[in-house]
Amino acid sequence: MNRIDERLYSLQKTGQKALITFITAGDPDPETTGELVVAMERAGADIVELGIPYSDPLADGPVIQRASARALKAGIKIARIMDIVRSVRKTSDIPLVYLVYYNSVFRYGPERFTGEARDAGVDGLIIPDLPVEERREMADIVSSRGMHLIPLVAPTSHERIKNIVEGAGGFVYCISTKGVTGVREEIETDIKAYMEEVSRYTALPRALGFGISGPDMAKKFRDYCEGVIVGSAIVRLIEQGKDRRRMLSDVCEFVSRIKEVL
Amino acid sequence: MKDVPGRFGIFGGQYVPETVMNALAELEKEFNTAVADEKFMEEYRYYLREYAGRPTPLYFAENLTKKLCGARIYLKREDLNHTGAHKINNVLGQVLLAKRMGKRRVIAETGAGQHGVATATAAAMFGMECEIFMGKEDVRRQALNVFRMKLLGARVNSVDEGTGTLKDAVNEAIRHWVAHVDDTFYVMGSVVGPHPYPTMVRDFQRVIGDETRAQIMEKTGRLPDYIIACVGGGSNSMGIFYPFYEDKSVKLVGVEAGGMGLDSGRHAAKLTRGSIGVLHGMKTYVLQDDEGQIMPVYSISAGLDYPGAGPEHAFFKETGRAEYVYATDEEAVNAFITLTKTEGIIPALESAHAVAYAMKLAPKLSEEDIIVVNLSGRGDKDVETIAGLMGVRL
Repeated sequence: MNRIDERLYSLQKTGQKALITFITAGDPDPETTGELVVAMERAGADIVELGIPYSDPLADGPVIQRASARALKAGIKIARIMDIVRSVRKTSDIPLVYLVYYNSVFRYGPERFTGEARDAGVDGLIIPDLPVEERREMADIVSSRGMHLIPLVAPTSHERIKNIVEGAGGFVYCISTKGVTGVREEIETDIKAYMEEVSRYTALPRALGFGISGPDMAKKFRDYCEGVIVGSAIVRLIEQGKDRRRMLSDVCEFVSRIKEVL
Repeated sequence: MKDVPGRFGIFGGQYVPETVMNALAELEKEFNTAVADEKFMEEYRYYLREYAGRPTPLYFAENLTKKLCGARIYLKREDLNHTGAHKINNVLGQVLLAKRMGKRRVIAETGAGQHGVATATAAAMFGMECEIFMGKEDVRRQALNVFRMKLLGARVNSVDEGTGTLKDAVNEAIRHWVAHVDDTFYVMGSVVGPHPYPTMVRDFQRVIGDETRAQIMEKTGRLPDYIIACVGGGSNSMGIFYPFYEDKSVKLVGVEAGGMGLDSGRHAAKLTRGSIGVLHGMKTYVLQDDEGQIMPVYSISAGLDYPGAGPEHAFFKETGRAEYVYATDEEAVNAFITLTKTEGIIPALESAHAVAYAMKLAPKLSEEDIIVVNLSGRGDKDVETIAGLMGVRL
């Protein structure tokens, strides 16, 4: 069984919600990325998304754009990111997902990319610029290796949701609001109605992401979904961290405060 | 020529965030209904004629022809359009479509500023709110156009990220569209981006080629041997190429920005030197590294300074229907000065790339041969750059 399914299933049995955290691979450096994954797991993260830095991250706001640029400037390569995953896997069984823009996969070779990711210990892929119309080829490659290609839905999707979730596995990434990633003060979407709309089309766990600022917002939305995704708020702590030890403990403290309300 | 809407062979597609997929579907539907609606098309043609000043002349460049001692050279004078370039053709079509869809707000990316100016112009006339995204570097080198846009009532956002050029402006415009998709119409300036933009922009630019065909037949009684146009994203070139697609005797030549030379690494020649990738929602030729990171591009002309070509150009290249070559900065500047002095026409630096290649090709042909060069824009905006190169301070 895929680690994502295993984890979400066991959480569901105990009435808990999943905490999915995002960091950019290679920011601030590859060693710290590995440590952050392990530290976030200890602090309560259920699934970790590793962002593969890309030169033109269309779906990302300034915080994650800057993280990508920092990691690229420091020379991060896909092979090195696979190494990070392998080293995490020596000690951890936390479900891991790559968030990767399609051109990175396409240029590397979809078969090669997916094969190496699976062998390293990655459980799923999220490709934010690969809508259902374009994903057929990729979906077969990913699922034939026992991984999930996580489907994304948006508040504008409506009747498209049916096709998007068809044949999909893992969880449904529910984009909370129109716009790009980034911490928000408030989310205007009627989350309750939106989550109900998604559940009309699928029994897959629904994870709500984009704009989740911290424990208060997580608490507000926990009852409407099966998990929340927190990215920019964590990446911002990494960006602001002057001292490495201190930064790691700030991230852990933040993650555990969110986990507490879930 | 293509089986699936939005695909040109393997190229094109819709590689964009889910949030805008319904908006793209709605746009496609509205576009298809609009172009089939004679009333809409009549209104579009009305503004092309009465506002943009079409048809533009097809001018026989007699002095340049004599100087080069070869093929006869005709210039399609898109520089004579209102706002000074071919961009207005497409903008009028898209803004009328926005109006038809009840959108009150338009956004656009711009490189040299020509598309931004055209969009701000149409927005001013139709009473729409307008916001333009422009790379920081382009804001600096095209200060005059920035001021024109502001005069026209547009808000100009300077984009700092990345290389601060057209690519980054497109990223930011798409991000903004994702966030404001309900009330905002994205007026894409070239035959790039996700479907239906490459098809829609081509159809709003094909007026260039349709007119050229009628004009050259009237003047010479036959089709030209060569059509030459510059390629940034590729809208002026696709606009003039497309109506000749079936005429296999007409050779289509796209001229890319060779910058400081292809081996210098400082150029924007994606069709000549690039590889297949995905950028701004389309699968096409792009300049990228081994891991798909889009590479910085360079050209003396801000309008050609873009790392991807429209997907239909990729298809034309792959099938051999068009040939893609390049002209360096130096060749373009030389052509800029030559055309100015021989014909009294100051071309945009973008268009000067096409002139440069025509100057290379014409002497190798006979006086029986006909070359049409698409003079996509006028060069007023580039005069400062040229003065700088000559060491003249304005």
